[in-house]
Order: sequence, then C-alpha cells, then structure tokens
Amino acid sequence: MTGFVQNAIDAMALGSLYALVALGIGLIFGIMRLINFAHGDFIMLGAYALIVPSSAATATLLIGAWPTPLLIFAICLFVILVALGTERLAFRPVRAAAPSVLLITSFALSFFFENLVIMVYGGRPKAMNIWAGLAEPIIVAGIRIPMLQLITIAVTILLLLLLVLFLKRTPMGVAMRAASEDFRMARLLGVRANRVIAAAFAISGFLAAVVSLLYVAQTGVLAYHMGVPLVLFAFVATVVGGMGSLTGAVLGGFIVGVASVFFQVVLPIDWRPNRDVFVYGMILLILLLRPSGLVKVRAVEERV
Amino acid sequence: MTGENPLLALVRTYWTPLALALILLAVTVLVWLSGDGVLARTVTDAWIRAVLVVGLYIFIGNAGVLVFGHIAFTLIGAYATAWFTLSVFKKSFALNLPAILASYQYPVLPSAIASATLAALVALIVGFPIMRLSGLAASIASLAVLGMFHTFYTNWPSWTMGAATLPGVPLYVNMWVALGWLVAALFIAYVYQRSRFGLALRATREDEIAARAAGVDIAFQRLIAFVISAFFMGIGGVLQAHFIGTIAVKNFWLGLTFISLAMLIVGGQRSLTGAVVGAVTISAIVEVLRRFEEGVQLGPLVLSVPLGAEELGVAVVMLLILIFRPSGIMAGREIPSPFEARRRTRFLEALRQDAAKPDAAPGE
Repeated sequence: MTGFVQNAIDAMALGSLYALVALGIGLIFGIMRLINFAHGDFIMLGAYALIVPSSAATATLLIGAWPTPLLIFAICLFVILVALGTERLAFRPVRAAAPSVLLITSFALSFFFENLVIMVYGGRPKAMNIWAGLAEPIIVAGIRIPMLQLITIAVTILLLLLLVLFLKRTPMGVAMRAASEDFRMARLLGVRANRVIAAAFAISGFLAAVVSLLYVAQTGVLAYHMGVPLVLFAFVATVVGGMGSLTGAVLGGFIVGVASVFFQVVLPIDWRPNRDVFVYGMILLILLLRPSGLVKVRAVEERV
Repeated sequence: MTGENPLLALVRTYWTPLALALILLAVTVLVWLSGDGVLARTVTDAWIRAVLVVGLYIFIGNAGVLVFGHIAFTLIGAYATAWFTLSVFKKSFALNLPAILASYQYPVLPSAIASATLAALVALIVGFPIMRLSGLAASIASLAVLGMFHTFYTNWPSWTMGAATLPGVPLYVNMWVALGWLVAALFIAYVYQRSRFGLALRATREDEIAARAAGVDIAFQRLIAFVISAFFMGIGGVLQAHFIGTIAVKNFWLGLTFISLAMLIVGGQRSLTGAVVGAVTISAIVEVLRRFEEGVQLGPLVLSVPLGAEELGVAVVMLLILIFRPSGIMAGREIPSPFEARRRTRFLEALRQDAAKPDAAPGE
C-alpha cells in the first residue's frame, strides 16, 4: 500500500511537469497552429540563467544564489522575455506560412539556442544545486515523500486554477479563447492578433520558467539538451489529449507521466531501460483507437 | 504529338529527374577531375544527404504532411546493413546475432536492398496506425516511432552494441555509389509522383475533403508513399554506414532529423528539384562555415569564426530563408524544361494571334 502511494505521488509529480510543458505548447498551438519545438529550449535557457555564463566544468551560481522570491521572479522574467523575443523576431515574420514552416522555424530556433548555449557554456552537462533542502523527504504515516514532488503537484494545481480563471474571467483570456476557436473571425471582431499572440507566448514562457525551476531542482543537472525529453513527451501528450484542447493537453501530460511511472514499476528489471518504448507504444495504441485524441476539438478540423 | 521521336518523348517525360541527374553527374565529374580528396568526401556526404531528403520528399512533398520519425528508418537501414556485411570475425566479436547472420558475410548490394526493404517493412507496420491520423497528429506520432526505435536500439546490446559505436563496417561508398543511389531515388520518386497513386496523394495534399469525395482512400495512399519513402531513408542509412565505417544510435536522432527536414523545407518541399536544391544548398553552407571554423587564408589575414559557429550559422541562414521565402528556394517549381518553355511560347503565340483577329473578340 505504501509502495502504491509513493508510486502514485511519483506519477502525479511527473505528470504535473509534463502537463505544464504540454500546456505551454498547447496554448500557442491553439491560437497559431504552431507546435513550438523551442519550448524545451525556453526551459533549458531558464535553467542555464541560474549560473554564471562560462565554459568552466563546474557551475557557479549567479541568479541561483539570489533569495528565492527574487530568483523566481528573475527567471520568470528572463524566460518570458526570451519567449516574447522569439515571437517578435522569428515567428511573427512567418506567421502566415503553413504550419510545417512554423514548425521547422521552431526547430531552427531550438538548434540555434542549443548551439548558443554550447558556445557560451560548453557542451558538457553541469551539476548544480538549488533549494537542496527541498529534496529532503517528509514522512507521513510511514511514507517517505520528497517535499519537491508535493510542491510540484501543488504548484501545478495552482497554475491550472489561475490559468482557468485567466481564460474565463479576464478580457485577454476571453480574446485568447476566441482566437483559438477561430482566429480570423476573432480578428474581424476586434481581437488584436499581435497582442493575443504575444500574451500567449508570455504565458507559455512563464510556464516554461516554472518547469525549468522545478525540473532543475529535481535533477540537479544542467545540459543543453535537457529540454528535449520533456518537450518530446509533451508533444505526444498534446496529441493523445487531442490537439488544440488545453484540457486535453493537461490530461495527456498526466497520462504520459502516469504511464512512465507505471511501466517503470511493472516492467521486469531487464526491460526497464526500454520503458520509453512501452510509453510510446501505448500512445500509438491510444491513437489507433482514437485518432483525434481523447478530447476532440472542432476548431482543428477543416470546415467544408 | 504523333510522329515524335520516341527518344525525345522519353526525354520530355522524364526531363526533371534526367536534368537533375545530369547536373549532379557534371558536379561529380568536376570534383573527380579536380582530385581534391576533401571535396570528394564533402560531395559524397552531400549526395547521401540528398538521398535522405528525396526520401523525405516522397512522403512529405506528395502528402503535404510533415513527419519527424523518418530517421528511424535510416537507423534501421544502417544497422541492418552492418548485420549483413560485417566480417564474420567482427560479428562474433562485437555482436550476438543468430546463425544465419553471424556465420556469413553477405555482398554489399543485396545487403543494401535487403536493409532498405526491412526499413520499408517496418514503415508498413507502423504506418498503418499513423496514416489514419490527421496531419499534425501524424507528425507527432511519427516522432513517437523515432523515440521508440531510438530507445530500443540504445538498449539492445546483442544486436547494436547499445549506446557504443559499432565499428568496422566495410567502406565502399564513394561519390559514384552515392550518386548512383541518388539518381535511382530521383527517378523512382518521379515515376511515383506521376503514377495514379502519386497523383491521388497529391490531390489529397491540395484538398483532403475534395479528394475523399472523389473516392481517394487517404490513409492507403499515404501508406504507399510512406513505405517507398522509408525504403530510401533506409538506403540513406546504408550509404552513411558504409561511407563513415562506424554506426552509433546517437547519430540517428534529432540532429539528423532536423538537418534533413531543414534541407527539404529550405529547398521547397513541393518539388523534387526543391529537395535536391535544398540538400545541396545547406550542405554547401555547412561546408563553407566549416572551412571558416578552421580558418581561411585571405592574403596576409587568416579569417576564422569561433567553434560552434557552423551550427549557429546554419540555424540563422535557415531562419532567414524561412522568413523571406517561406515556400523554399524553388517554391514548388521543378527545374525549367525547354519542352515546357516551347509549349508556353506556342500557347502565348496562339493567344496573340487570336487577339489580333478582330472578328474573334469576345461578345460579338
């Protein structure tokens, strides 16, 4: 029983991370049909911003040494600015192009950021610790629960609630939902394209910053490709959930997280390195049964 | 066009791949005559990349659906050819294969075809569910396939040496071998895109709903292109393996996915010429930047750019091309054909004559 609870918390924490990443990708996809591969690099840049830029083998904390509230604020601001900058410089000029061009643009951006980091920080992974105290487990009724996992789950729930409030209650949120329903119609009714898209990128950047802090606190390792596995699973999560649906993205994120932990526990030891094969395989199976994903969105299908 | 010389008719029909093949041949001959060994390797590399890009084009260009998983087939092709062609001693030393593979060393050409066929078979199986998905979902699902094979091959030491590099693959690929396969890929891609299957698939690319209404089975047509395309992705892997002599799973991952897709998009994903132009352009840019990284002697000056500038430069050039020319360099056009030009002049001539006749004016 205790084993089950521990695994369940593991699964929820991992699922939370995937859900946040999938949400950051899903928000932008809904509005401009862009699958932002560079989202993983927003996460990576947020983490690298914690240390002093140098190619030295050991990491020296820069922003990472600041008091916690200031640290969180600075990293969020930094990643939001990066996200807004990429929107303005790279995505806005190609906004009218086909989704495949948008996608490959994000691919190119990702390539650009990763090589920039290799140039400035060097290609080797670096060990880094922030918030070491949070890794300490707390013991509730004989179950050891890492504090960080509880925080991850709590932060995710809080952010989801805030996002729902934002989308339902504020004018910008309503404009954003209208834009993802039918972008052209929304523009005809006075929604400003540039502002809505910039807002989506800002929120997406904010979510990426939160993920980068939670993720790096958990793993304690910086690497230029650290965002890639997150973003791959988040992509898959958005498809499983149903492309264009934010509920679907969150649901998909949790499904992928739970499946990863499930296979980790259930598979015989020899097979565990191949866990991801099973996760991906399960996803293909879901897609075979429900080709449009779990939450079907009308706006994504072409109207006749 | 009765009474036309049959040879001329053939040339006119196959103008696109023929002209491309001749240009590529001319470049190869020039490089061969120059005797520059480094350049020859660069060109071989470019031709191999071009095989991959044409492979991608067969599916992406005709179906209009972007896929990320195709490097999985390159991975499969590369390892399969190693299972066939490594010497028996090396196989016994490094791998733990079943007897039929372990106790023989097979000739290279049948091995290449068998390896690519294996890739095509895998495509047939995984393509079955994926081809039913809508465009972007199919893109991402194919990425899941790549993820699957990447993880699996990394953790399959008895057949792949796991994450380690598998050495000792026989070296036989040079400019000419790569050119041969590239030309084969060009012709098959062209024959396919003009066949009823290719045309049906192109119809779905232009308008899915209209094509479906006209009785085109979208999933089936996509699957055909997917399998043919996987065959050439497999060939690309085979060529790469026999060109470099070593294989590592990590070389068939997102980096190669990105660069080969970038080549296709930069060239223009909607034409065969675009695929070749993209592969050649990006290869050339990479080569120039690489030379600059090593330092270029310019009179008394040595010009050089910092290490890592090559990748950064490629990314910037790509972004610029995408921003200023979103449909790629060729923007869907094929290499200009003299036959087309003649037909167009004749057509314009006829129009002009019609306009000159006063009694042919409309509305009278």
